[in-house]
Amino acid sequence: MASQAVLDQETFETFRNWRLNRAQYAKEWKQRTGGRVMGYFCTYAPEELMYAAGILPVRILGSHEVQDVTEPHIFAMFCPFCRDCLAQGLKGRFDYLDGIMIAQSCLHIRQTFTSWQKHIPIDYSYYLPMPHHVQSRRATPFLTKELEVFKDSLEKWLGKTIDERAIDDAIEVYNRNRRLLWRVYELRKGDRPPLTGEEAMEVVLSSQMVDKQDHNAALEGLLAQLSKREPARPTGTRLMILGSENDDMEFIRMVESFDATFVIDDHCTGTRYFWNDVELDGNRLHNIADRYVKRVPCPTKDWPERTRVRHVLELAEAYGVQGAIVIQQKFCDPHELDIPALTRALNNAGIKTLFLEFDVTVPIGQFKVRVEAFLEMLQEDDLF
Amino acid sequence: MADKAKYKTAPLKCWKKAKELRLKYYEDYAKAHERGGLRWAGGAWSFSAIPSGLGEDVWSLTSEPYAASIAFDKDFSLRCLEAAEKASYARDLCAYMRNYWGSIILNEYAFGGPFPKPDFIWQDHICCSHAKWYQVVSDLEGGIPHFCMDVSVGPYNEMAPHKIDYLVGQMHDGIEWLEETTGRIYDDDLLIEAVKNEFRTTSTWAEICSYNKHVPAPLDEKSMYSLYVLGTLNKHDRQVAEFYQELRDEVKERVEQGIAAIPNEQCRLMSDTQPPWGFLSIFRYMEEFGAISIGSLYTFGLIGIWEDKPDGSWGPRATPMQQGIDIKDRDQALRLYADWTLSKPEWQHFYSPHLKTEMMIRIAREWQLNGILLHYNRGCEGLSVGIAENRLGLIEAGFPVMAFEGNMGDEREFDEARVKVRFDTFMETLGLKKNGKS
Repeated sequence: MASQAVLDQETFETFRNWRLNRAQYAKEWKQRTGGRVMGYFCTYAPEELMYAAGILPVRILGSHEVQDVTEPHIFAMFCPFCRDCLAQGLKGRFDYLDGIMIAQSCLHIRQTFTSWQKHIPIDYSYYLPMPHHVQSRRATPFLTKELEVFKDSLEKWLGKTIDERAIDDAIEVYNRNRRLLWRVYELRKGDRPPLTGEEAMEVVLSSQMVDKQDHNAALEGLLAQLSKREPARPTGTRLMILGSENDDMEFIRMVESFDATFVIDDHCTGTRYFWNDVELDGNRLHNIADRYVKRVPCPTKDWPERTRVRHVLELAEAYGVQGAIVIQQKFCDPHELDIPALTRALNNAGIKTLFLEFDVTVPIGQFKVRVEAFLEMLQEDDLF
Repeated sequence: MADKAKYKTAPLKCWKKAKELRLKYYEDYAKAHERGGLRWAGGAWSFSAIPSGLGEDVWSLTSEPYAASIAFDKDFSLRCLEAAEKASYARDLCAYMRNYWGSIILNEYAFGGPFPKPDFIWQDHICCSHAKWYQVVSDLEGGIPHFCMDVSVGPYNEMAPHKIDYLVGQMHDGIEWLEETTGRIYDDDLLIEAVKNEFRTTSTWAEICSYNKHVPAPLDEKSMYSLYVLGTLNKHDRQVAEFYQELRDEVKERVEQGIAAIPNEQCRLMSDTQPPWGFLSIFRYMEEFGAISIGSLYTFGLIGIWEDKPDGSWGPRATPMQQGIDIKDRDQALRLYADWTLSKPEWQHFYSPHLKTEMMIRIAREWQLNGILLHYNRGCEGLSVGIAENRLGLIEAGFPVMAFEGNMGDEREFDEARVKVRFDTFMETLGLKKNGKS
């Protein structure tokens, strides 16, 4: 067991370091490349275009620390995640950013962007009107035009042209990252997944913070190791986790301290971030637009049909899910609006669910009792 | 000396007509099927002129004012809210939605009888909830055809042809969908007439609100709620367009004759976001101090369409007809309609609170205000978005601001006594005494 533990630590050390030391990484990246760093607020941000411009796009996430600096800026009925993110800016923890941008999604995180614009000095900021009606044939042409405007804006800021070749290269790097992450996730379908939910989260979160070429190299190494890796613990009950943004490692670790493993997720910090490729066919901005329009949607864009319900059920089946933990950032309206329908669909498919409301910090003791009871219920199902 | 009557006052002559038009609207919707007509449901923000092309026997139920009507009846509202919660919908969701869903679940129409199920849904998505509101309606009703448009192309000061194209494209798709869904042939002449009516309604409402720049104000906000509501119900309707012109003439006359909304006006305020509908008496409470709310960005800009006037002031936007534009076909009508509606002031704040702050400062200056009341409205994330930044911006601009927390449609989240105590304190800071007592 001891050698296994050492291997575990080494296998994921790179990813963990990147996540924990994201500021240091970004600062060193700037020194190394002379490039600029752009913070973005939602995974609808077209990172390929920024990367093609020599920019490092990094996702702005919270710290899971209680804070008291956002009350004057965001009414407390909005989600704790958007306030946690703004707190990071107000506390100067993203002082290495040269710019910020948001691709329009929910009203909650939009306030983080607009308050950041107003109160935190920054060289560049951009609001991209990412369409909501992604089920309309009008969405991709509209977003293509918006990407042209965004590209012009970036070129003006940087004083250089973003050429076709650079966009092709960026798409290639990003698609490669998505395919490598997808291969890592494929391994979780097996009877004995070689990585835990916590480790998978470590990998996918770090991908949102570092240069994709660095991440790709690390993923290649990881995949080589995972193919030989014997899990150090039994898989136990196969769980899915889904809902609002979630980077709460402590919660994942707590659940997996029981006889259970998260084998799949549906979070914007997880699969929804990387699930779809950019398909190359003609105009590159059109291709990028099409990817973001057709990706697995955030609930705020999932209408009039609820396509995500079908996707979640497919994931549950493909990954052999036995139970699902449905989480929601407190006050997250888009997810709150989908949760009753999603829960019904999962229950109808024979998958029991546990609903938990997340805040910046979670009551880990109380949640532990509820999770344990949920797992006992699922395990009794296996028994009888 | 708040009790001293400085101005003459008089009831509005067209008040009764406004009430009749509102009741008729809800009756028409309920009785549509008896008359062989169609019923549709959607938001007050929706492009309501478009379904008019299906015929003159098509009636709508706009969701927000319907839910506000429920909220006004606190007992019925509580039953609706609890029914929605029992059906697993979260208590912190939009209070309008929860009231509306509760009315369906209980199968009780606020205006009598069972809830009249719509034949189709015609909606637009302005906040995180609007399109999804009707996903749930469809779930609850066992499935209703649903078309929804996205309007989130960015603020009007950044308008560009491709943004209008995006909207107009969806409108064309919507008309095809309406024909397929209802089996009716679409009539462009009816569309053009409805669009023209809406231009008239929304421009005239802005003109009416402009008259409140006058001291004393001819209208108070509590009364304005009963007038602007017609624009939220049926802004594309000829009767509403004509009623607003009649109202405009009467308000103009009140200004010319010095007729005030309240006799003791000595402090001019504005509010923000929807009021707590079950507690409109707070506006009368303010009047005990000689304070009048002359309106808000919400009452001015949800229905009113505005523009910069040559003298630099904010006034009613000139309609395409006033500009001499002859609307000849469907595409032209839709383009003008898209451009017109995207300039709606109440849509701009969705992109940035700073745009809203600028508009509020403009109102505060042009309408000669002494202070601002911000309703931190737990019932509506859409209109409360950025409200804390509005507070900071207004204070920075030098305006006294009072923030109070509440909920437009969930009486459990409004503490009337506590809010009145806050009013007392705020009025004191403005140097006002209740009923003139020292």
